[in-house]
Amino acid sequence: MVRFFNALGAPLLSFSQYLGELVLLAAETFRSIFTHKLRWKLFLNQVVEIGLLSQVLVIITGGFTGAVFSAQAFFQFNKLGMGSAVGAVVSVSLCRELAPVLTALMVAGRVGAAMSAEIGTMKVTEQIDALRALAVYPIDYLVVPRTLAMMLSMPLLVAECIAFGILAGYFVAVYLLDVNGPYYVENMVRWTRPKDITMALTKAFVFALLIVFISCQKGLTAREGAVGVGRATTEAVVNASLAVLIVNFFLTMGLNIIFPAGHQ
Amino acid sequence: MIEAPPLASVTTEPRVTAGNGSLMIRVCSLKKKIGQQEILRGVDLEVRTGETLVLIGRSGGGKSVLLKNIIGLMEPDSGEIWIHGENIIGLNERQLGAIREKVGILFQGAALFDSMTVEDNIAFPLREAGERDPKVLRSRVEEMLEVTEMEGQEDKMPESLSGGMKKRVGLARAIIRRPSCVLYDEPTAGLDPVVADSINKLIRCLQQRFGITSVVVTHDMKSAFDVADRVAYLHQGSVYFHGTPGELQQSTDPLIQDFLLGRSETWRD
Repeated sequence: MVRFFNALGAPLLSFSQYLGELVLLAAETFRSIFTHKLRWKLFLNQVVEIGLLSQVLVIITGGFTGAVFSAQAFFQFNKLGMGSAVGAVVSVSLCRELAPVLTALMVAGRVGAAMSAEIGTMKVTEQIDALRALAVYPIDYLVVPRTLAMMLSMPLLVAECIAFGILAGYFVAVYLLDVNGPYYVENMVRWTRPKDITMALTKAFVFALLIVFISCQKGLTAREGAVGVGRATTEAVVNASLAVLIVNFFLTMGLNIIFPAGHQ
Repeated sequence: MIEAPPLASVTTEPRVTAGNGSLMIRVCSLKKKIGQQEILRGVDLEVRTGETLVLIGRSGGGKSVLLKNIIGLMEPDSGEIWIHGENIIGLNERQLGAIREKVGILFQGAALFDSMTVEDNIAFPLREAGERDPKVLRSRVEEMLEVTEMEGQEDKMPESLSGGMKKRVGLARAIIRRPSCVLYDEPTAGLDPVVADSINKLIRCLQQRFGITSVVVTHDMKSAFDVADRVAYLHQGSVYFHGTPGELQQSTDPLIQDFLLGRSETWRD
């Protein structure tokens, strides 16, 4: 038993330390946001990098998820004579689960990897030390613009993912599977409530923070040259993706109390 | 462990060719461990305003660690570091900002921002200090390019520069805000003798033209003799010798002689 707890101790301690570092980074970032001047040029560059350049990825993700989900839902619902309910199912599922999670996973892969690799390379080539030596606080310069850009871009990307998912779902259901168009739209509008959209945007906001802090922390603590940067990048993507999936469950349970599904 | 003999400077007052006698940097009993390894074991060092102090010593002797402690990039385990009469130990990152405006550093690999052009790299400290006027920025960058003999290179990216050019740009960036002191970490490492000599001349030129106090970490003895007003030999984490270049050359201490002549203690490698 003692051996079991001893074996558990080191990883648990290391995990607690990692969580602590993430919390400290988040606290320092928010303190900097509220007390120091924003570097607008860096912020806008990051909005382009995160928001604008992720568009194609998010449109494809949303579109094909909506399309395949619409088809699968139709195959099942049609047996019960409820083919026109597909619109509602696709729309509500996209808002409450699929769009926030899939967008977050895609952004973690594209943007999170880029963030940790860029900051990690700066760390191992002494560029972060150079920033500090030039009296520039790395959190102000590197983390704050990325955090704000993520906070702005993620909800917009999720909204875009939902929109293209619904459009693709409509196209598949109406033009390929002969579902009645007006019924499809009527059911979708009837069952999709503003609270579903609020839930999607809340999740997007939380996932944005998870991805940016996990990726920046991994970059800022990268070591041992190219190997260290590679390891930091991989860990950033894996940790951010896992965090999105795990936190999503608890968010769903919590937000369902505030924004219950359906017409309640 | 070899016991360090008394400092050479205790017996002979160093012949100082530059410096006005007031202290720019004072390091007292500085200790630093990295992991289990004791890198600095009680370093005492003084750098006078306007002089060039060269820190020599074998690889892994703690020279670069000492430099990073002086500018606050590393935190010592114990001891004091006084810069311009202010003890920097215990200052947080933002408080250190004011000290770092007075002390520039040239990193061993130059540490240029690889996403910026030469011009943007050099102008970076001024922009961060709030200077927005393009004319002022341009003229200051041109002045620095002229000082470091890098005219016409402003649009290049760091990846297209040679090692010597990178160091010049790094130096231009370090001095654009006119710091009173510059720390050089291996400024001639990896450079051919001609380029290394030009860097040595540049260090001298900066001292004469702007009155900059310099601390130079190097293995390169030619560089040390070219630029030093005083030399400190760091051995096993403490200052083993402290004196003028002339005193260093005349020293009969076997350890110093081995270092100067590049003699290994053992035939095995």
